Amino acid sequence: MNGTLKNTMLFGIIALMIIYVGLVQSWNSALLIVAMGLISSIMALGVNLQWGFAGLFNVGIMGFVALGGLAAVLIGMPPTEGGFAAGGMGIIGALVLGAGTILAAIQVMKRMDHGWPRTIAVIAVLIIGFFLFRGLLDPAAERIEEINPAQTGYLGGLGLPVLIAWPVGGLFAAGAAWVIGKTALGLRSDYLAIATLGIAEIIIAVLKNEDWLTRGVKNVIGVPRPVPFEVDLQNSTAFVERAAGLGFDPVEGSTLWVKVLYIALFATVLVIFMWMAQRALHSPWGRMLRAIRDNEVAAEAMGKDVKARHLQVFILGSAICGVAGAMMTTMDGQLTPGTYQPLRFTFLIWVMVIVGGSGNNLGSVLGGFLIWFLWVQVEPMGLWLMNLITSGMAEGSALKDHLIESAAHMRLLTMGMVLLLVLRFSPRGLIPEK
Amino acid sequence: MDLLNALIAFLNYVFVPGVAYGSQLALGALGVTLVYGILRFSNFAHGDTMALGAMATVLITWLFQSWGISLGPLPTALLALPFGILACIGLLLFTDRYVYRFYREKKAKPVILVIVSLGITFIYNGVTRFIIGPDDQNFFDGERFIISAREFKRSTGLEEGLSFKTTQGITIITAVIVVIALFWFLNKTRAGKSMRAYSDNEDLALLSGINPERVVMITWIIVASLATIAGVLYGLDKSFKPFTYFQLLLPIFAAAIVGGLGNPLGAIAGGFVIAFSEVTITYAWKKVLVYLMPENLEPSGLVQLLSTDYKFAVSFVILLIVLLFKPTGLFKGQSV
Repeated sequence: MNGTLKNTMLFGIIALMIIYVGLVQSWNSALLIVAMGLISSIMALGVNLQWGFAGLFNVGIMGFVALGGLAAVLIGMPPTEGGFAAGGMGIIGALVLGAGTILAAIQVMKRMDHGWPRTIAVIAVLIIGFFLFRGLLDPAAERIEEINPAQTGYLGGLGLPVLIAWPVGGLFAAGAAWVIGKTALGLRSDYLAIATLGIAEIIIAVLKNEDWLTRGVKNVIGVPRPVPFEVDLQNSTAFVERAAGLGFDPVEGSTLWVKVLYIALFATVLVIFMWMAQRALHSPWGRMLRAIRDNEVAAEAMGKDVKARHLQVFILGSAICGVAGAMMTTMDGQLTPGTYQPLRFTFLIWVMVIVGGSGNNLGSVLGGFLIWFLWVQVEPMGLWLMNLITSGMAEGSALKDHLIESAAHMRLLTMGMVLLLVLRFSPRGLIPEK
Repeated sequence: MDLLNALIAFLNYVFVPGVAYGSQLALGALGVTLVYGILRFSNFAHGDTMALGAMATVLITWLFQSWGISLGPLPTALLALPFGILACIGLLLFTDRYVYRFYREKKAKPVILVIVSLGITFIYNGVTRFIIGPDDQNFFDGERFIISAREFKRSTGLEEGLSFKTTQGITIITAVIVVIALFWFLNKTRAGKSMRAYSDNEDLALLSGINPERVVMITWIIVASLATIAGVLYGLDKSFKPFTYFQLLLPIFAAAIVGGLGNPLGAIAGGFVIAFSEVTITYAWKKVLVYLMPENLEPSGLVQLLSTDYKFAVSFVILLIVLLFKPTGLFKGQSV
């Protein structure tokens, strides 16, 4: 069996599984799986760029995804009236001052000679800078948060079309990746992992607590959409007629149509990234990255700039995750910082990359769809299984209730098993690297 | 008098919680550092190992409570702890036999083992939630305070009260005992010495006839005990909630790295460094400063450097500083 046939079959199986969900459960859930599968695939592509191409172990995907979500809010939401006047300048001033403090500290580090005076000078610069920063930021943030706290209480966004947020989300993530890469990429792989894990938690903490920016845990809802609303479609006679012609009632037809539009948008983005990633893989640049991955010392001896290449690919991969994050927030229509959890947004993506086949772009896409499908469908499957196991037990027994209730937690268990089994018996994944 | 009040407020809100939290982190970091020293990978599953060990203890505590067994003023959990440790040892040895050993024999790269430990994290986390559910569980019983704030105020006549919770006392005492026992084991016994030899130089240790599988087994037994004790102490002191243990991973790693990964002494120091930085930076100092400053200079705000939600940021920043300027940690750990 040749490779193409095998890959077609693998994708065919996933397509059949999704169609089965459409037939048995509902077409809405099937299309939702496709849409989220596309987003997951894009994230997996980004991680594959870092891990599969370059061997960089990034466990901060959640942070980059959340930054993309932030971009959707900052670009798409309308500005809060009077928000900027109340504290906008203060916030900008504080942020500039904060960046200036860090730059100043770095300059002091570079200019002064090694020794105690330097350490004290750096600490002094940082402490003074921190207090000035807080002094400027806190009152401004307070004034902004006072504006109609039940509805807004944050700066709002720029009110631009939300599609612009997608590349901007990539830029945000790229910026964060640059900072992390500059500091942590020189360290060994375990340390990069811990550094990225930490930065992701910090990004989430900022989103949760800086109410002036994201409303914190009060969530931003009603992020504008690039596609029409279902209600508007249902009120448009032309659409209702067209749906009726295809045999759909207006409500179902409109929800399906909206999802189809999203899927078209996401698929476009995926195709673009896929094309770029494939070109990168087969370019001299891609070969250089793999050479570095396989033998860093030899590559360095050949005159390759290992650190610069690592930084480059780290930024690119993170940016892709940022774009996917912006897309996800756009589809959800809301930014809910409380829902970002590392198991869901970081480690699940890792399972996708490893199961699909690290180093292979097509594998990442396959892994994205397959693992997302499992993530969504394991719960009903687990419930079914538990019902089967407990069918012999007495009605209302404590064990039966507990087992059925716990079925919801089957997904983590299943994901772990899938990851371990693939690592053990097929470490190169479903579609191995050529 | 004001000076005394300030001191008591400091002890009550910063020092005592800091020491208790530091002991918990130190025990956690010891586990991470031992795995790193012997098996040579960063064990991401350590947080969930703590959760599982603590869960086993919680379940046995409930069983004992239902039988009416108790330790009087001490929490029943202490009685259940050895059984929890046994369960956790069994689990880790099982995991090692069927998961890690395969990669050890293949001499897989450390980063592969880290990814494997991620898979284990998923499974442990799933098992914990499956058995006990994702919610808060209360398993504390017995006397709540060794010194309660009200009694302290009455007997000393000070304005500030000092409260010393039983759990804090137990945490500190247990941590001291465990650390002494661990160092005695590592330095004085044959098994401990073979562990240190294996950690220092694997090839040399193999040449001198040390059985690597035995060393690994002993390591997992110790790690399981440390993780369960740390998990139970944290659960008693704060509350048992499966998800919080995953979040503890970051400060624990920070502690282990700050102290020097692979160095047990460093792990303890690192635990306290991280704990005290977290507590001092996120504490609102107004209460202490009010007593120290003259009245007209009293601070108007809370004098809190960062809100408590950023406590992870604190451990992370310390971690970064150490990684950038002293990559082997405060105590000399293994090279980077």
